[in-house]
Order: sequence, then C-alpha cells, then structure tokens
Amino acid sequence: MSANAAKSPVVGGGASAKVSRLGLRTVALGYLALLLLMPLAMIFYRTFEHGLEPVWKAMTEPNAVHAFWLSIELVAIAVPLNTVFGIGIALLLERGSFRGRGALGLVIDLPFAISPIVVGLALVLVYGQAGWFGDWLSEHGIDVIFSVPGMVLATAFVSLPFVARETIPVLHELGTDSEQAAATLGANAWQTFWRVTLPAIRWGVVYGVVLTTARALGEFGAVSVVSGRIEGQTQQLPLYVQDRFENFDATGAYTAAVVLALLALATLLAMNLLTRRTRSRRAV
Amino acid sequence: MGRRRLPSPRRRPTSPGGLAGRVGARSASALGRGLLGIYLSVLVVLPIAALLARSSHGGLGAFWREVTSPEAQAAIKLTLVVSAAVVAINAVTGTLIAWVLVRDEFRGKKVVNALIDLPFALPTVVAGVVLLALYGKNGPLGIDITFTRTAVAMALLFVTLPFVARSVQPVLLELDGSAEEAAASLGAGRLTVFRRIVLPALTPAIISGIALSFARALGEFGSVVLISGNLPFKTEVGSVYIFGQIQNENLPAAAAVSVALMLLALVVLAALTLLSRSRSKHVR
Repeated sequence: MSANAAKSPVVGGGASAKVSRLGLRTVALGYLALLLLMPLAMIFYRTFEHGLEPVWKAMTEPNAVHAFWLSIELVAIAVPLNTVFGIGIALLLERGSFRGRGALGLVIDLPFAISPIVVGLALVLVYGQAGWFGDWLSEHGIDVIFSVPGMVLATAFVSLPFVARETIPVLHELGTDSEQAAATLGANAWQTFWRVTLPAIRWGVVYGVVLTTARALGEFGAVSVVSGRIEGQTQQLPLYVQDRFENFDATGAYTAAVVLALLALATLLAMNLLTRRTRSRRAV
Repeated sequence: MGRRRLPSPRRRPTSPGGLAGRVGARSASALGRGLLGIYLSVLVVLPIAALLARSSHGGLGAFWREVTSPEAQAAIKLTLVVSAAVVAINAVTGTLIAWVLVRDEFRGKKVVNALIDLPFALPTVVAGVVLLALYGKNGPLGIDITFTRTAVAMALLFVTLPFVARSVQPVLLELDGSAEEAAASLGAGRLTVFRRIVLPALTPAIISGIALSFARALGEFGSVVLISGNLPFKTEVGSVYIFGQIQNENLPAAAAVSVALMLLALVVLAALTLLSRSRSKHVR
C-alpha cells in the first residue's frame, strides 16, 4: 500500500496535487463519518447517557435474556451445519466432476441474491399451514413455522454460502499436488482430508465461519416472517430490538442494539486478524 | 467428501488403507453427498420451488394482476428508483473511498479500512436503529428523516456501502502506476489521467460492485422497516409490501411480487455482467 501511496504524488505533483488529495480525503472521510461513524457513536451515547443502571435493567429483562439465548441457540445449530456442509460443497465444486455442478453453484449463491423476506415466504410455502408439507407436519404434531425449527431453517438459509465461498478460492490456490502425494504414500481419502486438506484450508474455513456467525446473529427479515414474533418464545435479539423500538422502549432497543453492534465490531476485528493471518501464510 | 482423481489405487497393494478403508471412504463420500442433497433440498430447493409454483398458480394472468395492483406497482417502482439512485451514489462514493484508502496516506487509515465492512457485520435492524438515533425524531441535529423516502435511500446507502469500495480497492492496488506517470509526463492533467487511464481500468470492478449493491438494495428489509414507516404509495418498498401481504395471509400477491423482484434482479445482474464483460474487453 505504501508503495502505491508513494507513487501518487508523482502524478501531477506540486501543491495543487496536495490540495486535491486533501479534498478527496475530506469528502470520503466526511461521508463515512456521516453515514457510519456518527450514527454508531450516537447509539452508544444514547444507551449510556443515563448511566449503567437502566442498561443493566434492560439487559436482565427476562424477554431480553430469552432473546439473547435464542440467538445463541440459532447460531449454535446453523453455524456448525453450514460449516460442515459448506466445506463439503467447496470440495465438490472445486475437486469433484459431476453433472449439475453449475446448478450446485447457483443454489449456493441464491441466498446472496434473494431478499430475506422472500426466503421467509418460501419457507412458509413449504412448511406453513397452507404449505406443501403443512398437513403432514400438523398431523404429526410438528411445528416449524411460528416456532424455533422454522427460525433455524431461516437462519441456516441466509447464512449458507459463506463457508463454501470463502473455502473455494483457498482450495483452488492449494491445488491437488500435496493431496496426490499423500494418496501416493498410501493415505486414504479420509486421511488425506484430515491431515493434508483441512489443515491447509483452515483459515479460509475460519473466516467463513466468522461471516456465517455474524449473518446468523443478525438475521432479521427471514426470521421475522417465519417466527410469528411471539414475545419470550420466538424472539431472537434482532426481533427483540424491533419489538422494543416499536413499543417506545428506547433504552431496551438501544441496549440490545448495542450488544449486537459490539458483536459486529468483534466480527470486524476477527476478520482483520484473519486476513492478516492468511496473508502472512501466503507470503511464506 | 469430494471425489479425488487420484492415481488408480488398485496398483498399490501395500496401501495401509487397504481395500476396506477405500470402500469405507467411498461409501462415506456417498453418504456425505446424500446428506448434502437432503440438506440443500429441505433448506433451499424445495422452498424456492414452492415459491415459483405458488406465483404461477393462477397462470400468467393472475401473476400479472398481482404484480400490477396499484399498491404493488407503487412499491416495485419505488424500490427500483431508490435502488438506482443509491447505486449511482455508491459508484461515486465507493470509488472515492477505495481511492483514498489505496492512494492516500493518513493516520487511522487501517481503522477506516476495517470500518468499511461494518455494514456487512452489523445486523440490518440495528442499522435502522442506529440511523434513527442520529437522524430521527429527538436526534441531536434537529433533522427528522423518519417516514420519508430520504430515509429509505439512506438506509440502503448504509447497507450497500462496502460493495463498490471493496470491489474497486484490489484493482486499484494492482494498478500499475507507469501508464499514469507516462501520461502525466506527456502533459496530461490529473483529471485527464483519471478519466482516460484510471477510470477505464476500474470500470469492470465498479460495475460488479454496482450489481451487488443493486441486488442487495432490491431485497433489503431490516434496515428499511423501522425507518421508513412503511406508508403505502409513499415509503413502502417491495420487500415491505411482501411482508405486509404475508401478514394479511394474501400469499398469492406476496409470491407474485417476490418472483417479480427476483426476475428484475436477475435481468439487471445479467445486463451488468454483459456490460462489464464488454468493458473489460474494451480495455484490453
């Protein structure tokens, strides 16, 4: 980066170049401050402006605690599923040769292209009362829509692509040389995967897991459709934020929002550390 | 796991994995694929199929009636117009931010660089709350954007901020400065150098960032729902309209508008991909 920055004064040069560079910098940083930084700072200020006591009260509210643990539960189910299947999908797309590869790639990218609301609607049309499996499910007493299983499906759908999409380029870069060497030395497919492939792709996978977790924690639209938003039952943290906001409980909404914002900042930190890690690994 | 194309194992009788190990690995791989197939069917394929089936349930005439009902039409139109305006702004600000992050040097640049991803990490509903904390009623600036189209645009600008910047940044990093230096030494002004040399090289990246922003803006729900007030014919975007129809149990209308928005996103993505391809050929 510094090499490129050193290049820029060469272009044009002189005092006017400096002025225009300062001008561009001011505009860019000003835009970011107005759109991102100041609103974010404001919400922290608003949350803590009356001290810690109301925040603590809002955090220990039974519905808030329930929403928090439900969010954790959804992440604990959706993220491992999408990690295992994501690695599998990455291996299939990168190493396998079969008909329907294009279709698999398309299915993986669908969650990026579809509105979360549409995801929720699509799930309702299969698992809801009037859906394809609605009668069968209600005959067997299984609740999916307006219940936690539906929320798991919605969360898993929207966070599906990340592990696969982050692992594929790493697998591609890795190539098959070391895997073939392992096979020649007598390792079977499982041994090759556990001892050669997985250690080599692990940081790509971890990066994908971080993104999956962030998406799963923050999902709102799809979950909003399938959950029924029942207080203390099917409200995870983002739904709780909306509920508090619409009930004019600013402290409750801001507190929950700040918890989610802190988790987002932790995600950013993890992403940054991981990028540095993969870069240094590649440089070696 | 993925089928490896390895040297034929039959010629290696000394393989410690042995025949049993290979058969085990193969059936494990078949089992893995089967599970993956079930997972993707339950999660993605069946719901999307149900959505398509429902939207075409009453034939093309019914579909068209739902999509062109006055409220649906207004919502779709607003979504398209605001999304177009938002990606146009993103094209400029995203390129500017990428430029400042690559070609400029200032203290705190790394922090700014990390913050660009905040909209990806922050739950969308929190984005809405955050914007309202500063620009909503009782905000410290005395501005109130709640329930306006400006608010919708602002929410969309927030959530799509990283796309163009992140897609332009690596291209700008790779860009060789020699052509710029040559042009400058031949007497081209800075603006001319940017317009004739830098911009053409960045165009494909800008277009792909625009495509991603546009797809995201078309489907965005969480950040818009609190801030826009969801007034029909005024601030109601497509995803919010769909949500309202689901709440009213008017699933045919919800399904039809969902599919219409998906089709629009597909058409725009395809057009932009073609444009980007012809552009990058043009440069080379």
